[in-house]
Amino acid sequence: MSKRIQVNDLNVFYSQFKAVEGVNMVIEPRSVTAFIGPSGCGKSTFLRTLNRMHEVIPGARVEGEVLVDGNDLYGPGVDPVLVRRQVGMVFQRPNPFPTMSIRDNVLAGVKLNNRRQSKSEQDDLVEKSLRGANLWNEVKDRLNLPGSGLSGGQQQRLCIARAIAVSPDVLLMDEPCSALDPISTLAIEDLIEELKTEYTIVIVTHNMQQASRVSEKTAFFNIAGTGQPGKLIEYADTAKIFSNPDVQATEDYVSGRFG
Amino acid sequence: MTTASPQRAALRAVRRPGDRIFSGTALGAGVVILLLLAAVAIFLITESLPAFTADPDEIGMLRGATFLEYVAPLVFGTLWAALLALIIAAPLAVGIALFISHFAPRRLAAVIGYVVDLLAALPSVVYGLWGATTFAPILQPFYVWLNENLGWIPLFEGPVSATGRTIATAALVLAVMILPIMTAICREVFLQAPRLHEEAALALGATRWEMIRMAVLPFARGGMVSAAMLALGRALGETMAVTMVLSASGVITFDLISSTNPTTIPANIALSFPEAYGEGVNVLIATGLILFIVTFAVNAIARYIVNRRAAFSGAN
Ligand SMILES: Nc1ncnc2c1ncn2[C@@H]1O[C@H](COP(=O)(O)OP(=O)(O)O)[C@@H](O)[C@H]1O
Ligand SMILES: [Mg+2]
Repeated sequence: MSKRIQVNDLNVFYSQFKAVEGVNMVIEPRSVTAFIGPSGCGKSTFLRTLNRMHEVIPGARVEGEVLVDGNDLYGPGVDPVLVRRQVGMVFQRPNPFPTMSIRDNVLAGVKLNNRRQSKSEQDDLVEKSLRGANLWNEVKDRLNLPGSGLSGGQQQRLCIARAIAVSPDVLLMDEPCSALDPISTLAIEDLIEELKTEYTIVIVTHNMQQASRVSEKTAFFNIAGTGQPGKLIEYADTAKIFSNPDVQATEDYVSGRFG
Repeated sequence: MTTASPQRAALRAVRRPGDRIFSGTALGAGVVILLLLAAVAIFLITESLPAFTADPDEIGMLRGATFLEYVAPLVFGTLWAALLALIIAAPLAVGIALFISHFAPRRLAAVIGYVVDLLAALPSVVYGLWGATTFAPILQPFYVWLNENLGWIPLFEGPVSATGRTIATAALVLAVMILPIMTAICREVFLQAPRLHEEAALALGATRWEMIRMAVLPFARGGMVSAAMLALGRALGETMAVTMVLSASGVITFDLISSTNPTTIPANIALSFPEAYGEGVNVLIATGLILFIVTFAVNAIARYIVNRRAAFSGAN
């Protein structure tokens, strides 16, 4: 499954500090959308509002709407726990559970849903998810060893396997390759290419080539100065953002003139 | 050989004074600890020997029994009281620590943490007085009730103590005494659970409790066992509180509320020492040696449990 996300007039606050202001955006299903922009402009903050992960931080709150297939994530009575089961997330630093085996890591989310599964169903799901994350061949002989024994790139793909094992509608990735070597990075980029046939993918990246390689649409965020809120400056097809953007600041950023 | 040596000397790392002082102090401290431990062990063993070798009939303290017959109920009582205290305190400590680290608002958490730490500052005589004079009478009617309604369970068989100064009361007082150290250690290890893994659990759609079960408790496992062992060590060695609370008769029984109670090694030493003479003193020291060994064994078992799953501990 794959869903359309619509964001209306979204502001994000950390207590009194307004970190992101006035974001309007439509993210199409079965596509990859990249967020780029200088550090501290609120990309992570905004990304986390798409599955209510910002609420984990004390004092963080939003104003505005985020609609997933028309349903407001912030509507009354919406359980953030259920939102996060629909909208999965992969973090900057690979974070498989070190106390669990590779197999249990993949199954971690499924077990939460209290779905009773037979051993063979679980085996199938583990294989399907690990294949989906291009990791199966590397780990199929050591599924019962701890996930922390894998390389960084493998750990990150394990995290992706864990996220897709619960069949979310949307997959959010916050700089998933920034802690990885170039080969592992390419492996993840290939994977993103395959995953977009099934999921709506949003990826934050510092790497301009990566944005242009993997995404259909790109959003450029920027801040006027420290202490100012981050804003969505330009949002368009990736090709357009990297060849002839409408806004001067976007052009300066993608051509490396600042940031 | 001679031509190579100047080069070799140049390659050797410079030993800076700071490094040397630090490694010297560390080594010294380690050696002192080992020496202390050895000195204690040697003292205990040499002073205990007469108790094992002498004729039991000539030692008044043993009242004709062999040393083993004398010490068995004490070992039982020591382990039983400490185990009961641990069973009562462990869930409470983990619960309070989790509340402080993951549920309470920051201000409230600080207050609760402070109050629990204060419990640790109370001298054990105070616990003993409070347990014997206040807590035991409060508990006594409850013991009567337990005996009437659950008397078919051997634990509550009775006859019920009239004073309330039972092994159950002693274990409860011990539980309160070991609560602070367990809570403090558990709180520290819970706070150290990596944010990264907590967020991983939450992002998978875990509730707060599920997140704790996935990312906090497994990570804190070793720390919790250590906390329990430290607490158990304190409970095993606690003297004053047990001496004052328990009306002891040196039997082996699992009955929690009866008027005849097992006693513990430290409490027995404290009670019997004033009237001990000659080889009686050696007998008491020998019970101390047994306590030393028991505590050692308990710690070793705990280490073994923690190390068995070291690969999954999250330390790598
Ligand atoms: N937990 C937090 N508490 C308070 N302010 C935060 C927190 N996280 C981020 N911020 C602030 O919000 C702004 C945006 O941060 P972030 O979303 O991390 O930017 P980016 O991901 O684009 O580098 C920054 O000014 C940052 O200092
Ligand atoms: Mg960021």
